[in-house]
Amino acid sequence: MLEYLAKRIATLIPTLIFVSMLIFGLQQLLPGDPALILAGEEQDPAVVAHLRQVMHLDAPLPLRYLHWVGAVLHGDLGESVRMQLPVRALIAQKLPVTLQLALMAFAIALLIGIPAGIVAAVWRGTAWDTLANAFALWGLSTPNFWLGILMILLFSVQLGWLPASGYVSPFEDLGANLASMAMPAFVLGNAIAAVLMRHTRSAMLQVMNTDYVRTARAKGLRESAVVLRHALRNALTPVITLGALELGTLLSGAVLTEQVFTIPGFGKLIVDAVFNRDYAVVQGVVLVTATAYIVLNLLADLAYFLANPRLRR
Amino acid sequence: MNPSFNPLRQALAAFALFGAALAAPAQTLRIGLAEDPDALDPTLARTFVGRVVFAALCDKLFDIDEKLAIVGQLAASHEWSADNKALTLKLRSGVRFHDGEPFDAAAVKFNIERHKTLPGSNRSGELRPVVSVDVLDPMTVRLNLSAPFSPLLAALADRAGMMVSPKAATALGAQFATKPVCSGPFRFVERVPQDRMVFERFPDYWNKADVHFDKIVYTPITDATVRLANLKAGQLDFAERVSASDMEAIRKDKRLRSASITEIGYQGITINVGKSEQANKNPLGRDAKVREAFELTLDRAGLAQVVMDNEATVGNQWVAPNNPFYAKGVPIPKRNVERARALLKEAGVINPSFTLMTTTTSDAQRLALVVQAMSKDAGFDVKIQTTEFATSLNLADKGEFDAYVLAWSGRADPDGNLYSFDACKQPLNYAGYCVPEVDALLNDSRSERDPAARNKVYAKIAARVLADRPIIYLYHRNWLWAFNAKLSGVRNVPDGLLRVTGLKLN
Repeated sequence: MLEYLAKRIATLIPTLIFVSMLIFGLQQLLPGDPALILAGEEQDPAVVAHLRQVMHLDAPLPLRYLHWVGAVLHGDLGESVRMQLPVRALIAQKLPVTLQLALMAFAIALLIGIPAGIVAAVWRGTAWDTLANAFALWGLSTPNFWLGILMILLFSVQLGWLPASGYVSPFEDLGANLASMAMPAFVLGNAIAAVLMRHTRSAMLQVMNTDYVRTARAKGLRESAVVLRHALRNALTPVITLGALELGTLLSGAVLTEQVFTIPGFGKLIVDAVFNRDYAVVQGVVLVTATAYIVLNLLADLAYFLANPRLRR
Repeated sequence: MNPSFNPLRQALAAFALFGAALAAPAQTLRIGLAEDPDALDPTLARTFVGRVVFAALCDKLFDIDEKLAIVGQLAASHEWSADNKALTLKLRSGVRFHDGEPFDAAAVKFNIERHKTLPGSNRSGELRPVVSVDVLDPMTVRLNLSAPFSPLLAALADRAGMMVSPKAATALGAQFATKPVCSGPFRFVERVPQDRMVFERFPDYWNKADVHFDKIVYTPITDATVRLANLKAGQLDFAERVSASDMEAIRKDKRLRSASITEIGYQGITINVGKSEQANKNPLGRDAKVREAFELTLDRAGLAQVVMDNEATVGNQWVAPNNPFYAKGVPIPKRNVERARALLKEAGVINPSFTLMTTTTSDAQRLALVVQAMSKDAGFDVKIQTTEFATSLNLADKGEFDAYVLAWSGRADPDGNLYSFDACKQPLNYAGYCVPEVDALLNDSRSERDPAARNKVYAKIAARVLADRPIIYLYHRNWLWAFNAKLSGVRNVPDGLLRVTGLKLN
């Protein structure tokens, strides 16, 4: 296991280098002159020229890449030309918000999706199974932005129970923070719960038909022990993979949900940066997100070992 | 014992004061913005929404009122020299910056020079004719111009006239936008990008009697539906730029009031008449008769109704019909499909085809669809190309378009809606329009100060430019605001910026 871990960590660096080249290169494919967009309405030629200089737009591409990577290795992710703020500071502000939203949404997804998947598998063909599948269909089909707006109209405008939008730091007011995150976390978690439910059900159905599960029943174990201690642990492997991918997606920022609920997270940051061709912000955020994905996948691989003792040998 | 000392009276007075303090909780005005502003530095700022926020933070030398008249703000009075090449300003006394520094002539000189020389300044073009600034006395300053320039006052009524603290600007340098220090009614407390901007009342503001809030919180909420929902839920007191389709419901809601103000900008279609070779390849760009025919297929009232739910004022010039500089001699043409067909026949063009480029906003796309349908009646075959904004700007800048649905937010002086778009080789002249006679007239309009004389020049410009049609002006949108019915003092200034002085929550 340690050897496996060492190998995985060793592949991190070339992967990150490749990812950084991809991020940098793909962004250059975006049509439009970033200096023109960032120059604002007046398009003053002096301002455009100044921006081109600040962003090194006239330098050859490889040189610009090396300049950026060199700065990143010194911890400098550049500056947002639009907001005149260091990208590092923007990420430091937005990352905790996105992290909290992602973790809350993920927790909701796990709390709903996995039990629903187990219930659907154990009571296959019954009304519970139908209900769980209907829930999954609803979760997969409902657009996040539509659900979000409906929830705002109901819980904020009509009932006045929850704030319509905005974010309050948990260190400022924990109650207000949870109130502001409840709806967006549910909207996001609901969609993922549907996916997790389907996969959990499918994995459980496969495992429930195996010999060792039949043996466990034949030995006289209670059904709950058979399902939770024997079947679920083996069924979790594909679910862990999926969970890691979904969490990674959440960390990259749920753009529509953040727009609807005005959550100042990664999603809003990167969308604005792309539309404004604020290259440094796009590069910084995507690099951080890609790193998070890679690390999460590593953690998912480690989680397999914990879930399945056979893999430790 | 002092006969005038009455302990009971003293105790009652103290109790009354204590009670008054308790009874008057801090009032916060919560404003929903349609976008997140860019840098909070008037010299570098580039967005319209930034100007909304500056209205609370940074006073200007001048301001405009509801009738677009220039009024003094930090400048108590002004005087032009006889040759119109020098503007002398007498400054308002008793004004301080948020850091306590005095506002004086030296501060004005510092700011004008900063606007002109700071790398990346977006104000240097606006102040190009200003060649030097002289401090005549502590409260009098003179701006010396290379040539007469009548739009200067309007420029000084916008970001170019905003004054920042020289001490803070020098100390903070490139970081000034992170902690801006101006002299407006509210001072900067904090900004969390894409989340909120918090300002607190400036106790030493020169017009503090007219400031009735202790705090302002600006929250960018990009979705108009969500912005309105926040207002209805009581989380906002004011929402700028609500959707036209929501106005009917807002007007029926007793908890809310609304404002609908004709903008100083316009919505138009820019035609490539000379930006690139592509102009010659298309009859629309090549032939003024085809452009006239195209314009005659358009029903502007219909466009305003369908696209903007009637929340627009139809127009055919760079200023609205109620603007004092509107050229009355060139009225809005009525739709005339027969005449359009006849013109196409004269031009020898049957079924002209061109691509109409539009951005991805729903208004622009709806406009393009309606234009496509209307012009089809005369035989035009309009293909719609929907393009993301940055890309469309780039294509327009390179002249790789036939026609482009483009709006302009507008400036108080008509020069701001005209010169950059119609003078030869100007940065916003996407049409590639270049007529030396028009350039000469535009320069005349800039050097003429008398409004009646300027009007005569604009009439000549209108006669020529509207006949050439590098831009077909369609309508002027309304700034649509919704706010708490208890909020009073809202001023309907056509620049679309909410003035925070005088606002009260009853």
